[in-house]
Amino acid sequence: MIPAIEIRQVHKRFGSLHALRGVDLTVEQGEFFALLGPNGAGKTTLINILAGLARVTQGHCAVLGYDVVTDYRNARRVLGVVPQELVYDAFFTVREMLRFQSGYFGLKNNDAWIDELLHNLGLTDKADIYTRLLSGGMKRRVLVAQALVHKPPVIVLDEPTAGVDVELRQNLWEFIRRLNRDGHTIVLTTHYLEEAEALCSRVAMLKQGQVIALDTTRNLLSAHATTQVRVRLNPDRLPDALQPLLAGEEAGWFSLVLSDCAALEGVLATLREANVAVADLEVSKPDLEEVFLRIMGKSA
Amino acid sequence: MTGLWTLFYKELLRFWKVSLQTILSPLVSTLLYLLIFSHVLEAHVQVYPGVGYTAFLIPGLVMMAMLQNAFANSSSSLIQSKMNGNIVFLLLPPLAYWEFFTAYVAAAVVRGMVVGLGVGLVSMWFTALPLAHPLWTVLFALAGCVMLGAVGIITALWAGSYDQMAAVQNFLIMPLTFLSGVFYSINSLPPFWQALSRYNPVFYLIDGFRYGFFGVSDVSPLLGLSIVGTCCLALSLTTLALLKSGYKLRN
Repeated sequence: MIPAIEIRQVHKRFGSLHALRGVDLTVEQGEFFALLGPNGAGKTTLINILAGLARVTQGHCAVLGYDVVTDYRNARRVLGVVPQELVYDAFFTVREMLRFQSGYFGLKNNDAWIDELLHNLGLTDKADIYTRLLSGGMKRRVLVAQALVHKPPVIVLDEPTAGVDVELRQNLWEFIRRLNRDGHTIVLTTHYLEEAEALCSRVAMLKQGQVIALDTTRNLLSAHATTQVRVRLNPDRLPDALQPLLAGEEAGWFSLVLSDCAALEGVLATLREANVAVADLEVSKPDLEEVFLRIMGKSA
Repeated sequence: MTGLWTLFYKELLRFWKVSLQTILSPLVSTLLYLLIFSHVLEAHVQVYPGVGYTAFLIPGLVMMAMLQNAFANSSSSLIQSKMNGNIVFLLLPPLAYWEFFTAYVAAAVVRGMVVGLGVGLVSMWFTALPLAHPLWTVLFALAGCVMLGAVGIITALWAGSYDQMAAVQNFLIMPLTFLSGVFYSINSLPPFWQALSRYNPVFYLIDGFRYGFFGVSDVSPLLGLSIVGTCCLALSLTTLALLKSGYKLRN
């Protein structure tokens, strides 16, 4: 099957700044994919290249097999992008904006889908209001609607929930999940890593213009899986044999880092042998945020 | 072609929604020129034999209004989109560079023509104008609006701020349109200024446009149309090349 997005050895230079340094990435059709990285990692530059907003210095990109430079019209037809910046055209109402955007994509009578989009994004009562009069969250919804107006099979959302309240965030993700279930490929950049963990099946992490991690969310979590155990002991002392596992101590709680859950059995056995009883115990698994910080830290 | 029509319609709607500023305001200021200059000079100046100064002035003012508004339309729309960031709405869809050009220039032509027609109609209260060669009038009007519509796009593409945009408008477009024979025949100028005026393409636009009304001009209308046509073509090709390359639009 043709990949939804194919990025091959992409380099981008802005003068002396080497923003992307040989990025290779393939997103398959139907995936819900996260592109993560700190500010300045090159996420938006990569998205801009895909969308034709920036020109690649070296390498090539294709959307559903259409080269974004040589076959840009087809590539843009199959791609919907929600830009990061909260932009709007002060002259027009929400419905006018959506009709124009439909027309730019060659769609004449698109009102049925526009109405559905307005409904799904909670914008029906704002349809005839000037976009400049909407709140930030509402403007963000309009941007999402604009990106989806031509029913693109590949949708890229560049931090779509930045500055958006919790309720809208939930509604938006519910809607995007439905689009994904219907077969749309979704690529997402976000600073809310719990969103990426909950939604995305695969993750790429970018740092200083390079992909430093690329795997399924599950593999990334298990590959960096360390189990953290917090215990309160009676008497309040950690046996010497467990000292190498100690990550910290606070208010009578000892934090131990284990390679996996099975190692907990050994910890409990050591405590029993040392005649130390467990007064309280908490076990926690790492989340994507910890994995992200660990990977970013390792590659520093 | 749906994309082109949509962009053209959007550009029309944009200036129509603020028509007080985009149509009525230039119409009123042009008529004020007419009122003042015709009042002061009607009795003292006769440029062409048998043509009163007010009648002589009207085609020049109409053309000046058309040119300034054609420029203002494409340039202000594009610079606003660039500065506000909503240009992205035009860069993400599969619009071709020539559709972009055609829509912006066509909207500039419409605005120029609407303002020009408005000035022309209201000025009929002042004096009756002959229309010796209507086709020449239309040809020069069209060429002028296309030319300045294209210049508007080039300027807005180049400008990195509203200040730079205003600089081009005030230090290039305004002098070129004012010093082009709107208020006088270049034959009345000293030889140096007369020779300099012949390097100003706007002079040929106004002279040719005026020929359409009176059948009299400072230079041959055919020569004028050739020069204007060449400028139009060169500016259009330059604009198309800039848009195709993504100059200051796509990094």
